[in-house]
Amino acid sequence: MTRPFRHTHLLGIEGLEASDVAQILDAAEVFYEVSRRPVRKVPTLRGKSVINLFFEASTRTRTSFELAGKRLSADVVNISTSTSSVTKGETLLDTVQTLQAMHPDVVVIRHSASGAPHYVSERVGCSIVNAGDGAHEHPTQALLDAFTIRRAKGTLSKLVVTICGDVAHSRVARSNALLLRLFGSEVRVVGPRTLMPSEVESLGVKVFDRLEPALEGADVVMVLRIQRERLEGALLPSMREYSRTFGISPRTLGYAKPDAIVMHPGPMNRGVEISPEVADHARSAILDQVEAGVAVRMAVLYLLAGEAGAGPGTQG
Amino acid sequence: MQPGETVMDAESIARTVRRLAHEIVERAGGTERLALVGVRRGGVPIAERVARAIEEAEKRVVPVGSVEIALYRDDAATALPDPKIGPSRIDFDVNAREVVLIDDVMQTGRTIRAAIDCLLDYGRPRRVWLAVLLDRGGRELPIAPDFVGRVVQVPDGARLEVKLDDVGFERAICVRSATT
Repeated sequence: MTRPFRHTHLLGIEGLEASDVAQILDAAEVFYEVSRRPVRKVPTLRGKSVINLFFEASTRTRTSFELAGKRLSADVVNISTSTSSVTKGETLLDTVQTLQAMHPDVVVIRHSASGAPHYVSERVGCSIVNAGDGAHEHPTQALLDAFTIRRAKGTLSKLVVTICGDVAHSRVARSNALLLRLFGSEVRVVGPRTLMPSEVESLGVKVFDRLEPALEGADVVMVLRIQRERLEGALLPSMREYSRTFGISPRTLGYAKPDAIVMHPGPMNRGVEISPEVADHARSAILDQVEAGVAVRMAVLYLLAGEAGAGPGTQG
Repeated sequence: MQPGETVMDAESIARTVRRLAHEIVERAGGTERLALVGVRRGGVPIAERVARAIEEAEKRVVPVGSVEIALYRDDAATALPDPKIGPSRIDFDVNAREVVLIDDVMQTGRTIRAAIDCLLDYGRPRRVWLAVLLDRGGRELPIAPDFVGRVVQVPDGARLEVKLDDVGFERAICVRSATT
């Protein structure tokens, strides 16, 4: 029997096929159920070690990975740069090689440099999971978004998904566009031209510069966080103007399909990219995304921490 | 029994299921607190058939659930990842219930150990019983069934193959050699 999950690392949506994504999402359904039991823990990864190595601040992604590992009974260690040797000048590779000498099974890495997880994966023996690298990819976020969409819509095919906001700096947008295109959905991106990457069409998306036509007939509205530092970088005139032009409000949401869901990777700027009414709306799937995040990360750890050459279950 | 032989045909499976249903109700002293939990995947259709037999005999519906044991296996580190795992489903409160775990074929006992662990994560049943359609011996853990459909001797290494009909019920159980 060959390895059921054919990847050693999860570095991005790029390189995955639709069947790989479906396998992760199907496994996540099982773990979604585990997270709703009275005892939210299974002994599956007992004796395995997972290290969360975060070079960027992140509460929700790190907590989600931590809970995922713990619910699988793995030993989970969290390392953030503020408490690591990085502050003493150690290189990324030195840090990871030091950790590898402790024999972890999976290292989850978030880094501000695009490609950092790829660089590490080529130099270590354990599985690497990309928890966000620069403006490049955030594969588990795209997978949890896909899980949320599949639960709400029953499919990932032939949907219209509109991604609104700072596409240029968003690894979430890039990973989501890659994943949804794998299943044949239409992906639209909309935002100020200053926040749109120059080769955005290469992702296979349709580009809009006005919100209303971009939302027309959308099944899913994915809102991206606007960073306040973009104002200082002179990419936006003002938050107020951004909110008026590209903010998702009950009025603009009216252009999408009546059963469209609204998503946001968090943390939200209420009143900037999303109005409080929409954030708390019955069609908001934002908290569903958080719940899906733990299940999807459990599935990823489960699939990567298994041994190669797994045999079929014994009768008994 | 040798490879190729039929251990149970559809008729004997149906008869055995009815007998198991009667034995379970009798031992539990009724159906009031009774619940059945099938071990995925082979035990689930058996549990459903036992529940139907109890309903026909006692005119009472007994709740049926299922447990997925892949996540609880003691060989999880080497057997993972199994792409065919599914969710456990127990929609009733297991606390204070008389729960009968049901599986199709019992051999080593490791599956049942995992199933008990999984069941206890849902609550604290008053009692847990074990019913199996076929006991082929070869125990590796001190676990014994309370209700047995039939005990069979199967050569080491041979597998018991359950053949299903169109609606997923067992049509026959045959001995299959390890190499086929």
